[in-house]
Amino acid sequence: MTLNSLTIADARDALRKGDVTAVELTQACLGAIDAADALNAFVHKTPEIALERARAADARLQSGDAPAMCGIPIGIKDLFCTEGVASQAASNILRGFKPEYESTITSQLRNSGAVMLGKLNMDEFAMGSSNETACYGDVVNPWKVDDRRLTPGGSSGGSAAAVAADLCLGATGTDTGGSIRQPAAFTGIVGIKPTYGRCSRWGVVAFASSLDQAGPMTRTVRDAAIMLGSMAGHDVKDSTSADLTVPDFEAALTGDIKGRKIGIPREYRMDGMPPEIEKLWSDGTAMLKDAGAQIVDITLPHTKYALPAYYVIAPAEASSNLARYDGVRYGHRAALAAGDGITEMYEKTRAEGFGPEVQRRVMIGTYVLSAGFYDAYYNRARKVRALIKRDFEQVFAEGIDAILTPATPSAAFGLGEMADADPVEMYLNDVFTVTVNLAGLPGIAVPTGLDSKGLPLGLQLIGKPWGEADLLNTAYVLENAAGFVSKPAKWW
Amino acid sequence: MSTIDLETARRVAKLARIAVPDENLPHLAQELSGILTFMEQLNEVDVEGIEPMTSVTPMRLKRRADGVTDGDKQAKILSNAPDAREGFFAVPKVVE
Repeated sequence: MTLNSLTIADARDALRKGDVTAVELTQACLGAIDAADALNAFVHKTPEIALERARAADARLQSGDAPAMCGIPIGIKDLFCTEGVASQAASNILRGFKPEYESTITSQLRNSGAVMLGKLNMDEFAMGSSNETACYGDVVNPWKVDDRRLTPGGSSGGSAAAVAADLCLGATGTDTGGSIRQPAAFTGIVGIKPTYGRCSRWGVVAFASSLDQAGPMTRTVRDAAIMLGSMAGHDVKDSTSADLTVPDFEAALTGDIKGRKIGIPREYRMDGMPPEIEKLWSDGTAMLKDAGAQIVDITLPHTKYALPAYYVIAPAEASSNLARYDGVRYGHRAALAAGDGITEMYEKTRAEGFGPEVQRRVMIGTYVLSAGFYDAYYNRARKVRALIKRDFEQVFAEGIDAILTPATPSAAFGLGEMADADPVEMYLNDVFTVTVNLAGLPGIAVPTGLDSKGLPLGLQLIGKPWGEADLLNTAYVLENAAGFVSKPAKWW
Repeated sequence: MSTIDLETARRVAKLARIAVPDENLPHLAQELSGILTFMEQLNEVDVEGIEPMTSVTPMRLKRRADGVTDGDKQAKILSNAPDAREGFFAVPKVVE
């Protein structure tokens, strides 16, 4: 096995034993990254920073002061601000932007000794489900079963592809409507979106502030538990970050879920659901039952309204958040014609800097917040959101510990295949994941099978607020029972 | 079925401060109409007596003393500006 394909847990143990050094691990990843340009996952490589931090990690390991992530090479989604390193949310409007500060999450990872290999491709401003809206071009899924190039999903498509292709041991992702879980499912890896407020949003480029939450993307549930431990925690710089103790997530992986109640929501059985997804879901249900869990049919009656509510609320918040890109303080400013004033500067800058999907969402958000429509769209969507959250509160109050659903309505599709589709058709990718963001709950995608073509499929587990430890343990049981070990065959 | 006419599309683009050439307005209007029609499913939901959600986790925002906690970073703040002069962000003339 090559060093870059180690799990975080195995690499940690090998580093502590002195069987391998952080520099060796880092060099293996840097080599793999340079050989994988065809995937277009890493868009800003930082080999000097990586080697410098790896040397520091080795010194720390030798002194015996080594947290779990010390010396572990990781990739960082381009949405995270990293000091002195390009951070442009895959948008032309932030071309050339090099933050003077470091996001809280990447600071915490850095302080724990993790080694940043570079910045990862994504959908522009995290708006997309196929990684086709990036200013850097598409990310290609390392999974390939015919002559088509497949999407890795989005928006954290670069993170998913990099982890699946063994370019790094783990990566940061962010999830506003499914952007960690959907790409994780499309690439056969694990991705967890924690409870809203578990991880600080400070220094993460904002898309929809009431929905955005960062989390780890890794090859195993144990690795997700380890990495989340370094990312989570209270931050005075994010007023919505929760002042709660971060549990030892890895210690929670006991493999015992006897007596746990797992809810199966009937509303997630969509019309026209492919039989393969149906089977994946019932197989997963059987695995949890065999492990001693009690399976309970539940109802989440407002599920159907989650996507339309999301596509009011998220663009509304985006239109407000993205108002800051005005060509004044950072990033791109359009060349102006003689006589152009400040309004022309704003309009030309934003027309040149934002791609079509971002423009579309900003304008939809502007419309639903505009005078005369605010109540009809935005307030109504916020009321429906309250009802969606109440659906979950009711099933948890009835004793349900976790909810099992498919992660995505299909396996990865071909890049370009949705080019002529209605924007709404692309939005349907998030149908199983978006409820979790609206309700602020933790959700995790676990790879549990392959479709008939040999592409990975994942299931989603949804947990109670602040119940990541318990959720990870249930995911761990599912992972062990499914025994998913397939890897993409290297073609790049 | 909600429809956005060309004038409304033009007005939304103006409010969003995004320059949209006239020839692109019909396509924009059509796309926005499609998305709004999708959103109109929300009209089926009975929301009588429901308060709009303001915070997904019930928490009281933290308070702290109203004092300066950061500052003296003029050069850093201006370092990414497309045009900065003499310690200021520079923009085209705003006032005639």
